Amino acid sequence: MSVPLTRTLVRPAAPPARRVPWTLLIFLLLLPLPWIGSRYDVFLMNQIMIDALFAVSLNLLLGTTGLVSFGHVAYFGVGAYVCGILMKTCGVPFIIAFPAAGLGAAFFSLVFGYFCVRLTKIYFAMLTLAFSQIVWAVCFKWDAVTGGDQGVADVPFPDMHWMDAVPGLGELSQNSKFYVLTLILVAVSIAAIGQITRSPFGRMLTAIRDNRERAAFIGLNVRAFELSAFVVAGGFAGLSGALYGIFTRGVFPDYVYWPQSAQVMIMTILGGMNYFWGPAIGALVLDWLNQEITNYTQYWPFVLGSILLVLLFALPGGVLGGLARLGGALRRWTARDA
Amino acid sequence: MLEIQNLSKSFGGFRAVSAVSLFVETRQIVAVIGPNGAGKSTFFNLITGHLRPDGGRVLLDGRDVIGLPPHRICGLGIGRSFQLANIFPRLTVLQNVQAALLAHRGKGRDFWSRSETPFRDDAAALLASVGLAAVADEIAGTLAYGNQKQLELGIALASDPKVLLLDEPTAGMSAGETHETIALLQRIAVERGLTLLFTEHDMAVVFRIAQKIAVLYQGRKLAEGAPEEVRANPEVRRVYLGEHA
Amino acid sequence: MTVSLIAGQVLSGLTTAMFLFLIASGLSLVFGVMRVLNFAHGSFYMIGAYLAWQVVSWLQPMGADFWIAALAAGAGVAVLGAIVERLLLRHLYGLEELYQLLLTYALVLILGDVAKYTWGTEQLSVHRPPILDGGVPVLGTTLPLYNLFIMLVGPAIAIGGGLLLSRSSAGRMLRAAAQDREMLGALGANVGALYTFMFIISSFLAGLAGALITPIESVVPGMDVQIIVQAFIVVVIGGLGSFWGTFWGAVIYGLTLSFGILAFPEFSLFSVFLLMAVVLIVRPWGLFGRPIR
Repeated sequence: MSVPLTRTLVRPAAPPARRVPWTLLIFLLLLPLPWIGSRYDVFLMNQIMIDALFAVSLNLLLGTTGLVSFGHVAYFGVGAYVCGILMKTCGVPFIIAFPAAGLGAAFFSLVFGYFCVRLTKIYFAMLTLAFSQIVWAVCFKWDAVTGGDQGVADVPFPDMHWMDAVPGLGELSQNSKFYVLTLILVAVSIAAIGQITRSPFGRMLTAIRDNRERAAFIGLNVRAFELSAFVVAGGFAGLSGALYGIFTRGVFPDYVYWPQSAQVMIMTILGGMNYFWGPAIGALVLDWLNQEITNYTQYWPFVLGSILLVLLFALPGGVLGGLARLGGALRRWTARDA
Repeated sequence: MLEIQNLSKSFGGFRAVSAVSLFVETRQIVAVIGPNGAGKSTFFNLITGHLRPDGGRVLLDGRDVIGLPPHRICGLGIGRSFQLANIFPRLTVLQNVQAALLAHRGKGRDFWSRSETPFRDDAAALLASVGLAAVADEIAGTLAYGNQKQLELGIALASDPKVLLLDEPTAGMSAGETHETIALLQRIAVERGLTLLFTEHDMAVVFRIAQKIAVLYQGRKLAEGAPEEVRANPEVRRVYLGEHA
Repeated sequence: MTVSLIAGQVLSGLTTAMFLFLIASGLSLVFGVMRVLNFAHGSFYMIGAYLAWQVVSWLQPMGADFWIAALAAGAGVAVLGAIVERLLLRHLYGLEELYQLLLTYALVLILGDVAKYTWGTEQLSVHRPPILDGGVPVLGTTLPLYNLFIMLVGPAIAIGGGLLLSRSSAGRMLRAAAQDREMLGALGANVGALYTFMFIISSFLAGLAGALITPIESVVPGMDVQIIVQAFIVVVIGGLGSFWGTFWGAVIYGLTLSFGILAFPEFSLFSVFLLMAVVLIVRPWGLFGRPIR
């Protein structure tokens, strides 16, 4: 496939020396919110953080490995249901239910992914979609375990008493405590994905993305690497799903309905799929816009579709890509005057 | 060290490669030539695991590599460069070679270090040996075509091959570039003790560096031998130059 | 399990099948030639349904003519398709498929809300044309005449379109374009115009299908999403890009759905996606597609 290079999302490699600990900075930036922001702010940011993890996990497939998965929501859903069911129905504490959600999602990614990575391109995408809708159908119909279309309601908050021991945290409301817990878990998870992306393993994935055939000829078992990426991405999606189920105090089948896969993909691309923090920025922008716009109108899908159109035609590199181009243009402009 | 026995491949009814055998000794430089459609590329694809043959064997140091997936064949020491520059376009030149080194030296499963660090010096040295040190930090996809072919070679070398299969290494190059590429190939082959098997259309190149030439025609091996023998062979002359040789 | 029950299920399944064939054929054709999987095909179908209802209600005072409405709906959606292809889609050819998919998905979102805004969320329906009222007895069950009409006309239209494409010079060029677009352009053929033409035909079929469904099913928001998933399953089973594949895929799907619901009412949703997954795992190129491995 010959695509003019300027139209694909080429980004010059960052100089290896400069390493800003973005995760830590963002963590510190977001930590004070329960004290300085409103209840609404905390609620929105909590949602954004969960979506950011979900989108960053998808980008491990999309931006890093070049795998277009339309069924990523399946693993989000599995994670949400596993955690929700364990905590609500079985009374299992969060500290076990949370990793179990990740493992459960990773398990499903392994099984589904095994079949998916044997296909490429559109067939791969369609099989991921098919599997995710099988998950949806099961969640929708298996009343005994998943609650069917009623879902799992009243998922309890995790036990956060340990926070009382930390100075300053004890006075927070349950919601704010959960915010802090989410912040910690999401920050650690995103840092982990970041490390994976930066590692030699991550480099193998980008080689596969760039040229799948050549990757085999430098000695990579391409399918095995793609499957590994699939499992890691699925596992982290499951963790984000687990958090979401608690956040919304319930787990319902429409969390797994395929437009949710599209929504997270749009988030990832909106922020810029060639940048590690792109998906997180996309989550921020999209969730904020969603909240604002649904206050005024019920036609959020129209707005989302329009944003997507603008993205495709005017801003293919997403927000961060656009900023990078702007930065580059500014640099060239100032250099000219110098 | 590379023994190809009776390799055959048909597509539908069309016999692309028919019972071709070839023996390549260690450190030998062997050229496979033939008119268009003779089956040279198919032949290469069969050896490197890209295609499965209908019959025949390919023995590397006595071990049959037929049926192994490409990544295993690469691991066993058969390296390949492609006719159309087949690189990692969005990585830098250095990262291209570094990725190949990482893959070859088993660092692919390393989750803990950073991808820039391992083998950086080795990658730089490799780039220098193929003449690309100056463009190490350029995005590979933006390189001129000739440089991309050099990078191709660099990537193939990173896998530390024993045998290097080169599919038309000077295709699309000017006379000057061809000259440089051939000099480079010769130097590297000697330095690393490589065995080279290559296909070519440029007869000047072939006769300059090949120690043995095999001629393919319509999927069959027409002739084989030292350059002078092949050049004088009446069958070969007929195929290349027409009836009146 | 009486004969009449089975017959009823078979006939119902075949009606669904032929109807889906009418829709899915457009989807498959566009993919086969242009390599674009048009998510918005279901939205075109929905717009066709709404347009048909709209035209019928306009024509009400003069005596509603269903056939005019159906053709008008098809034409209206064809125009919409032309606009989409010319203004939007053609700028993305040659880029990665992801962009084209996202574009069509954006249209799903936009058109869905446009329909909601224009026609509201209530269920709308259209009466059967009087000439097709009533039914005929078949094997102990009654087959509504309208369903019989769908079973005959659906494939007739789609097959007619298919024959047109395979026998005509435009059709030959389209198939060549599917193989190598650049080459065809270099030969002087106006590939751009061909693609637009193709897309218009496909949109017309979708809009017409939408119009024809209105006497059987109500027109509601969400019918776009519901139908596109089914259309995907049909083209996967039959083989993306294969015309006859789509036909048999539709038959298999229609009958599976019909009997599946009978046998396992709880699992019909699950079983159709499972069918899609199984096909993709075992034979991704479907019944009649070109093997891709």
